[in-house]
Amino acid sequence: MCQECGCSKPGPYKIDGRPTEPHTHSHTHADGTVHTHSHDEHDHAHGHHHHDHGHDHPHQVLNLNTGILNANDRAAEQNRGAFKALNLLVLNVVSSPGAGKTALLTKTLNELKGRLRAGVIVGDLATDNDAARLRTTGAPVVQIATGTLCHLEAGMVAEAMKQLDLRALDLLIIENVGNLVCPASFDLGEAVRVVVHSVTEGEDKPLKYPPMFHSADVVIVTKTDMAAVAGFDRELALKNIRQASPRAKIFELSARSGDGVAAWCDFLVALKTGAATAG
Amino acid sequence: MQAALETAGEKTRAAGATQIHRLTLRVGALSGVVPAALRFAFDALKGESPAATAELEIENVPAVGWCAGCAAEFDVAEINYECPRCHQPSGELRRGREMDLASLEIS
Repeated sequence: MCQECGCSKPGPYKIDGRPTEPHTHSHTHADGTVHTHSHDEHDHAHGHHHHDHGHDHPHQVLNLNTGILNANDRAAEQNRGAFKALNLLVLNVVSSPGAGKTALLTKTLNELKGRLRAGVIVGDLATDNDAARLRTTGAPVVQIATGTLCHLEAGMVAEAMKQLDLRALDLLIIENVGNLVCPASFDLGEAVRVVVHSVTEGEDKPLKYPPMFHSADVVIVTKTDMAAVAGFDRELALKNIRQASPRAKIFELSARSGDGVAAWCDFLVALKTGAATAG
Repeated sequence: MQAALETAGEKTRAAGATQIHRLTLRVGALSGVVPAALRFAFDALKGESPAATAELEIENVPAVGWCAGCAAEFDVAEINYECPRCHQPSGELRRGREMDLASLEIS
């Protein structure tokens, strides 16, 4: 289980459009009084008061209003400051598993040779297979094996980047763990968040994973060479992406055939030189 | 949830208390976390913490967008980021990304 977000369990879910049973909670006080009550997610006023039972300890209410992920956000801001000081363009690339992040990045690194000096930090639960593929380009690559964690965190990136000579780079690409849910919540300090969506995933991914798509600065539709075979409805997919990612720039390309890769790489060079902005 | 419990434990100790009776989280519709997953994680992790017997409350925050053109907020319903007045899409969210520890009831 992901201990940050508990993401291996479903949320308030529906079966055939109907909500499932509400939760039941038990709550034991220090004096042994046990309350059990049920309520759905939207019912906060469930009429449960401690002071009916004559407690001998005073309860105190602390109003905190602090972000749970403050620690990650602080680490991300530190990363962002370091990247800015180094004048380093940083991408956080996210997608479902198998959407083609590594193939896209391998192609991108090869195309950018002589234009931008790029390095990669790649996250997976296990193996360094992706790092090995990316190293074929000659770019410096650091693999983070997250163990059981389904996303990269800013602190992991801060550790991994010590393995790279950042002063010798123009562009740092962070390939996140393949997952469209949890990485949305974890800022890594990147300037540009890139969501990769392959034509073989159909048209409705943007509507199924709203937080991730909403956070996108760039959405790349990949494997366009397979669109006809996959029965991909391009217009519908673009409409859904524009709905879920109103800020994002959209690129369509195929890492295999090379179609559209030049426009993407030109955009990265323009971002680096300040001739273009993201988001 | 681990981070929430750690923060809650620190705040409780700092206030000179030992036990958390109620822990209230505020979770935005576009935060990327689902309340039931938080409950599952809370039940799995609370055991050794001051929140071992605490009740978990989750306040849901609907997503609210901001239209710069109209200088007005609008409700983001069903992943529709279009301003209902001028029909321009807006990527700017005013609320809905919260993942906050709102309050603790302790003794």
